[in-house]
Amino acid sequence: MTSDHAADIDRHVKVYITVFVTLMALTIITVVISRFHLPVPIAVTIALLVATIKGSLVACYFMHLISEKKLIYAVLALTAIFFVALLALPVVTHHDGFWLR
Amino acid sequence: MDIPYTVEVRPDTGLTNGKIGIWLFLASEVMLFGALFASYILIRTGAPSWPRGDTILNVPLATFNTIVLISSSVTMVMAWASLMRNRFGTFRLYMGATILLGGVFLVVKYFEYSHKFEAGLFPSTNNFLAIYFTLTGLHMLHVIGGMAVNAYFWGPGAKLWKTNPQWFTNRVEHSGLFWHFVDLVWIFLFPTLYLL
Repeated sequence: MTSDHAADIDRHVKVYITVFVTLMALTIITVVISRFHLPVPIAVTIALLVATIKGSLVACYFMHLISEKKLIYAVLALTAIFFVALLALPVVTHHDGFWLR
Repeated sequence: MDIPYTVEVRPDTGLTNGKIGIWLFLASEVMLFGALFASYILIRTGAPSWPRGDTILNVPLATFNTIVLISSSVTMVMAWASLMRNRFGTFRLYMGATILLGGVFLVVKYFEYSHKFEAGLFPSTNNFLAIYFTLTGLHMLHVIGGMAVNAYFWGPGAKLWKTNPQWFTNRVEHSGLFWHFVDLVWIFLFPTLYLL
């Protein structure tokens, strides 16, 4: 193992610790905000926004997506398209199935 | 015959076969949980009224479990980093901690489930509990699966470190990707079920 490589991993470890602290802080923020009993649309927006930030941190740094190969990004882009379509299905069917009738 | 492209990357994909394999598997997992999240949205938006999660579920226990699972993600990535730094002993410690934290998560979940059953709350009781038990139950199966793989790499599977350390490091990275995914799913399950 070269010293450059070791220094690189040391830098990664520092990032992991920073991400860990941020995730803990965001978890506490999520719980505290839920105590305010905000109207459902606002509460859902905030909770999902915080969860998305947390999820992105896990994916980017722990799963190393921030520096992955193009093929993996392509696979995930395709997955994201189908995932959004899947979540949109209940929305488009909700108003008397207007779009899917 | 040796398994191809376990250490060296395939020229056409720029990846090892294991890496692309685990990401394709995770893509299918996204769709599996996505289908259940879509079901949740459909059931919730179609219901005349929907209970707030914290009126039925135990938020302090779930918050504790969130902290446990996030911590286990950190120990998992540190286990991989230890192998990258050629420190097998440290890898064992971090991997052991990851498995242990997975165990803590399951024990807490056991108490949560037991409490619900004792109170007469079952999946058949109402739609909220049906989707709660389905989503958390499936997630729990993933925790058990991840723990089994991690335990294999902590124990008998670690023999590979002596003969092919790079391959072993790659395998630990792949099991780590699965474990982080399990953490990621919980990050969304926690507010969705418990807080909203």
